[in-house]
Amino acid sequence: MLAIEGLTKRYPTGDLALDNVSLTVPKGQVMALIGPSGAGKSTLIRCVNRLVEPTSGRVVLGETEITQLGDLALRRARRRMGMIFQEYALIERLTVMENVLSGRLGYVGFWRSWFRRFPLADIEEAFRLLHRVGLDHMVDKRADALSGGQRQRVGIVRALMQNPELLLVDEPTASLDPKTSRQIMRLIIELAKERGLSAIINIHDVLLAQQFAERIVGLRAGRIVFDGAPEEMTPEVLTRIYGEEDWSKTIRRDEDEESKDGGPTAVTDALKVVAAQ
Amino acid sequence: MTTAALSFDARAAARAWRPPPLIESVWLRYTVYLGALLYLVVGLGSVEVNWVRAAEGLERGARFLAAFFPPDFVTHWFDIQEGILESLTMTVVSTVFGVILSVPFALGAARNIAPLPIYLFCRSVIAISRTFQEVIIAILFVAMFGFGPLAGMITLAFATIGFLGKLLAEDIEDIDPSQAEAVRATGASWFQLLAWGIQPQVLPRFIGLTAYRFDINFRESAVLGLVGAGGIGDTLNSSLDRYEFGTSAAILLIIIAIVLACEYASGWIRRAVQ
Amino acid sequence: MPVITKANGARLWMRRSTAGDLATWFGWLLGVALTVVCFQFISEQTIWAFVWDAPRQAGDLLDRSVPPRWDYANELWKPMWDTINIATLGTLLAVLIAAPTAFLAAHNTTPSRVLVRPIALFVIVASRSVNSLIWALILVIIFGPGMFAGILAIGLRSIGFIGKLLYEAIEEIDPTQVEAVRATGASGAQVLVWGIVPQIAPAFAGITVFRWDINIREATVLGLVGAGGIGVQLEASIGRLEWEQVSMILLLILATVIVSEWVSARVRHAII
Repeated sequence: MLAIEGLTKRYPTGDLALDNVSLTVPKGQVMALIGPSGAGKSTLIRCVNRLVEPTSGRVVLGETEITQLGDLALRRARRRMGMIFQEYALIERLTVMENVLSGRLGYVGFWRSWFRRFPLADIEEAFRLLHRVGLDHMVDKRADALSGGQRQRVGIVRALMQNPELLLVDEPTASLDPKTSRQIMRLIIELAKERGLSAIINIHDVLLAQQFAERIVGLRAGRIVFDGAPEEMTPEVLTRIYGEEDWSKTIRRDEDEESKDGGPTAVTDALKVVAAQ
Repeated sequence: MTTAALSFDARAAARAWRPPPLIESVWLRYTVYLGALLYLVVGLGSVEVNWVRAAEGLERGARFLAAFFPPDFVTHWFDIQEGILESLTMTVVSTVFGVILSVPFALGAARNIAPLPIYLFCRSVIAISRTFQEVIIAILFVAMFGFGPLAGMITLAFATIGFLGKLLAEDIEDIDPSQAEAVRATGASWFQLLAWGIQPQVLPRFIGLTAYRFDINFRESAVLGLVGAGGIGDTLNSSLDRYEFGTSAAILLIIIAIVLACEYASGWIRRAVQ
Repeated sequence: MPVITKANGARLWMRRSTAGDLATWFGWLLGVALTVVCFQFISEQTIWAFVWDAPRQAGDLLDRSVPPRWDYANELWKPMWDTINIATLGTLLAVLIAAPTAFLAAHNTTPSRVLVRPIALFVIVASRSVNSLIWALILVIIFGPGMFAGILAIGLRSIGFIGKLLYEAIEEIDPTQVEAVRATGASGAQVLVWGIVPQIAPAFAGITVFRWDINIREATVLGLVGAGGIGVQLEASIGRLEWEQVSMILLLILATVIVSEWVSARVRHAII
């Protein structure tokens, strides 16, 4: 569904962020992209919707060659790719509903969006999705009044409002606590499966990637150094991606998954209770 | 999940939803809108424009603009030089005096180190200095000290006290009290407290503000001549009166150049000390 | 290197090295010398007899201005209203021009860094360098005396002020919010209105009200060069040496400025 061929990005500073990356993501596949900081993960997904202009190579979504498009056609194509950000990237001073409706900006004209006159069907869909993620009681709250997990849910809903075929997800859990991280990842996967969307998820938490993705691609210094199923992750693979380190504790083993998951969760729950008092 | 989804009526919610208004209360919202509209009508109505006069003036405006290509630096070069020198000297001396005097006023106007009577006195001096435009103060000082750059210099120094005094006093009020406390705990005197507990904390911003005020003082010195308080403003005014736009253009360009140089220098100083 | 090791091995701590000490003293010396030279220049142009007479003059001035002529206030309401209008309409005019200029000048929103940005920056700098009173002088020559010249003068001066602070605010926005809006497939205008405007709206309102407050003060003196407002009455009263009227005018200005400062502080507080 998404095909990337020979994608290269060299920044004006001379840094080579992506070096001849080729990759295909079939329809409905959730793919995790892991790698150390600066490996080019963010650049890669931003080259897909051309928030970052690639230096060379092709990106093809369905039948459309994204790297060939002019301005207007590019905007049309961007509607088909929902993006979810690390720091949520909500428009802080607008309400939850306005943020969600901003996902429809590619579909409505300027003046309609100026006067917030979105089609009733859009608003209905917004309510349905907000209800689905448990935020329908907060529609008129300002985005900066929300907690991290709530904001990320608004970010997810905004991406889904575009009615995308592909989700580009950039470190969705980097600013969240372990429990919320899992909830958010689960939500993204669920929603992607429900709608049959492909997804590329940048993530640096190897455990989360193993737990939720069906395919893992490892990036190092702008090159793909691993591409396989989560079960194929071994200490050798991690060394190939991240470099030398004792990886034996990082690989997920099913038997201690429960205790591992339960540990931080119990702590965060306790903290929440303390904070609430 | 499905039953919950069924029980939630998205259609009804969507129909009920309205875009959030800028002002929450309906009554207040329309009062503000109506008031703004009314003011615009009345306010614009109070402006009388003599279009015949303006049309005549446009020709003069065109001549004024044309005078910039090229400006005439030569004819009245001596007057220009004199005026600029006066402006610059006024700026230097007034900034120095103003800064020196603003320090005691700032100390007096900081509630955390000054007793109440002194605080009130310093605050009211600062308030008066800030309320009146420099030109008004210059008029009073010209009446007292006679025409010439001295009146202008005193005006600018007085304005500097108000500006620096207020900002510095706020800085002193915002200092980290634990640092001052640590100095006090060593048994330091009040002056030692100033020198070791407070001065290091406010000095960089103080230098930055001084540089900024120098900049402002030069700009202001360019208009004080209009009321006889010395500086380039007088030269500019008389050149405009005599319709010697070439000279006016030259003066304006010199002012802009000096302001730019000052601004660049003060920006550099502020970056260097922070 | 404030710690110096002497020949006999003893270590000596000093605040600065010897060269640093010298440089600092030289700097101070230069500053003092410059001030003295400048002061001498001013002194040469001063008739010191007048200056020594200043306390008596001041006393005389005070004597003649107290009490203020209270009934003169009735003639001042209209000029004061004009002054407020000059400040308000001038600020409005400046906002209309400064807002687009700021977007052209900010390096993250300008359509062209090579062509448009320098022009926008030049507009801002030129406007800022020239005092509103000088703008008024020029505009009175063109449009004749009156409020119109005053409004334009205030407006022209404020473009630079508002434009500079606003473009700095635009350059400091969070780029990921803008990126998020672009990623939805929004058009350029939509990115501006949804991604950038909400982020700078509070700064914009704060800057505008702040400048309005300054403009009230500036507008009180525009009348001195014939550009309308209460300065006209001030000029006339000074010209006729009617100091009890002058003090009345100053009191009224004081009251107005205090009220405007209060309003501006309230509005800024409400925004943040």
